[in-house]
Amino acid sequence: MKAMGIINFEDNVATIDGLGDYRPVPAMAFLGRYRVIDFVLSNMTNSGIDSVEVYCKEKPRNLIEHLGDGTVYNINSKRGKLRILYGEKNFSSPVYNHDIANFMLNMQYIERDHNPYVVVAPSYFIYSIDYSTVLDKHVESGADVTVLYTSTNEAKTSYLGCDALVMDKAKKVTAIDRNRGNKQRNNISLECYVLTKKLFIELVQKAAETSSLYWFKDILRDSVEELDIRGYQVKGYVACINSLKEYFRVSMQLRDRTTAEGLFKPGWPIYTQTNDSSPTKYEAGSKVTGSVVANGSHIEGTVENSIISRNVTIRKGAVVKNCIILPGAYIGEKAKLDHVVVDKYAIIHHVKELKGTDEEPVYVKRKDRI
Amino acid sequence: MRANTMAAMILAGGRGTRLLDLTKKVAKPAVHFGGKYRIIDFPLSNCANSGISTVGVLTQYESVLLNSYVAKDQFWGLDINDGGVYVLTPRERDQKGFEVYRGTADAITQNIDFLDQVDPEYVLILSGDHIYKMNYDKMLKYHQEKQADATIAVLEVSLKEATRFGIMNCDENDMIYEFEEKPAHPKSTLASMGIYIFTYKTLRKYLLADDKNEKSNHDFGKDIIPAYLNDNRKLAAWRFKGYWKDVGTVDSLWESNMDLLKHDNELNLSDDTWKIYTEDVNALPQYIGEDAKIDNSLITQGSVILGTVKNSVLGTNCLVGKGAVVVDSVINPGAKIGEGAKVTRCIVADDVEIAPGVSVGSADSENIELVAKKFVE
Repeated sequence: MKAMGIINFEDNVATIDGLGDYRPVPAMAFLGRYRVIDFVLSNMTNSGIDSVEVYCKEKPRNLIEHLGDGTVYNINSKRGKLRILYGEKNFSSPVYNHDIANFMLNMQYIERDHNPYVVVAPSYFIYSIDYSTVLDKHVESGADVTVLYTSTNEAKTSYLGCDALVMDKAKKVTAIDRNRGNKQRNNISLECYVLTKKLFIELVQKAAETSSLYWFKDILRDSVEELDIRGYQVKGYVACINSLKEYFRVSMQLRDRTTAEGLFKPGWPIYTQTNDSSPTKYEAGSKVTGSVVANGSHIEGTVENSIISRNVTIRKGAVVKNCIILPGAYIGEKAKLDHVVVDKYAIIHHVKELKGTDEEPVYVKRKDRI
Repeated sequence: MRANTMAAMILAGGRGTRLLDLTKKVAKPAVHFGGKYRIIDFPLSNCANSGISTVGVLTQYESVLLNSYVAKDQFWGLDINDGGVYVLTPRERDQKGFEVYRGTADAITQNIDFLDQVDPEYVLILSGDHIYKMNYDKMLKYHQEKQADATIAVLEVSLKEATRFGIMNCDENDMIYEFEEKPAHPKSTLASMGIYIFTYKTLRKYLLADDKNEKSNHDFGKDIIPAYLNDNRKLAAWRFKGYWKDVGTVDSLWESNMDLLKHDNELNLSDDTWKIYTEDVNALPQYIGEDAKIDNSLITQGSVILGTVKNSVLGTNCLVGKGAVVVDSVINPGAKIGEGAKVTRCIVADDVEIAPGVSVGSADSENIELVAKKFVE
């Protein structure tokens, strides 16, 4: 494929309470064995993109460890390249630490790449798509920028704060609004853009000159009239992880196998780092139903409609319902949990009862002891 | 870690005839174990965990899958500058033509040129058929302390079992003075585990001599060790304690899988300090259905459980359909158990599909049933 991949970071609209204190959204554990970034990165490598830059807003340790040199994502270590880039200069400032600043700081690596096109996408939208088909369509249409979108009926409750596209019949974008949750049906931008590298660099420079607070999406919104921006609809499963509530809802939604099949397609593997965990042990007397379970766990208690990550221990008499348990957590004897997100390595001892709701799941901090 | 002074050679050429159809198209070391592993993952992971970085794997019988599997040395973290996994198969040689490996020792003799190139001080000979965890570095330290020419790992067995093994008779310092293959009246209960450390220089001489000996079986147990003893070479016995099993038959393979379900199982696959590494199969997490019942079982990623699973070990990407019941069984990767089917005391081979409603195996069978037909209807 003739494009380089740029994995952008999400803007400040996406804040995951609790979980977000410890790692950026792309590094968040997802569906037992994945991290959020696995989806966009697998999409890129499956599409034949073997030169990828991952921009990291903050706390890069997690992401560096998880991504490694990209071999697990099938990036050839000689022909291809996975770069993890971050703008150290702006780390401490949430206002100035935006994508444009990071692109500007690392412009030499973008310029040096020999691919004529770029595919820019953030990781907090989850879907499966072949970007090479999008690029073909983009070239064929003669558009300046092609932007991916999803048509949703859930714009009142999901995708809040995301960009919404206003398009004419030819799918030419006439305006870019914000989804403020005021209408049910909307075309939500997946913030994934296909364009020539030349135009991309021009837009980044223009944004930097216009305002030191501008994001890439801002300059694009300003340019709808000058540029031919076209929408490309993603028709399969799409989700956006931009709040704890949505993280919870999307995770629970994907417990359903039929829904999951809309995301995990045959011949389109989603790669992730292996941990070499042993198989999961379901002890005598355990009761597990309606759940997604990763390897390396040890289950003695009851688990219903939950997501259990790697190396989790659930002791006898514990009841875990509608929960997301992150890697290495320990749920002690007789603990009762309902609608709880338990962060990594947290320890919950017996007779505690924790109960949240779909709207407000309870969050238990990383390494916390209860 | 810098490569240490010991190279490992894993004998992985055997068919394992008593595993019946499980080894029809793959050599025994490539047979699945414990849901997600293959037998050879154990010696390979032991090597990686012991700091050995050069590992030769000697293959012969049905080696296509095995060769391509072990060649991916990154699975065990052995893809490093100073080492790697080297697949060594019999080859056509100048003056000698094309010869298969005539015995365990001959397999090494035919690869002396490989070892000369690696130039190790010690050679560790392993078998690709055993399930165990062992720190070979500790064994090497012992070999050096004893200033032995060869060190053999031994396991204490019962007097009754001793008649099935090669038995090492030792003096009070655990130096071996006699070796008896399957003795009718064993004098000791120290069984050879088929794990040897040799000082390479000495071994090289013995191998070359053995190669010329027309009466030899070219076997470590039958020829090389007796030759060492004959010459009063220093042979030390290194006592191993822990789980060790030669999974040579369908029954023993099943038993060894069932051992994993025991609470106090010594193999402890979840021990973080000595992991067993294996291929990273792309698979979803396990999906456990609304009506699933799982009791005392090991299940690995990619499996979908909609029915009942009891006292069983399931491999990657298995499907247990609605109303299906799997009891006391080992289900290998990719196998599908149709709706309402019953599997009792079986090993179901890789990718086998059992049709809905079919029943295989029985609770009171003497032997474990091997289900290896692609479609069972």
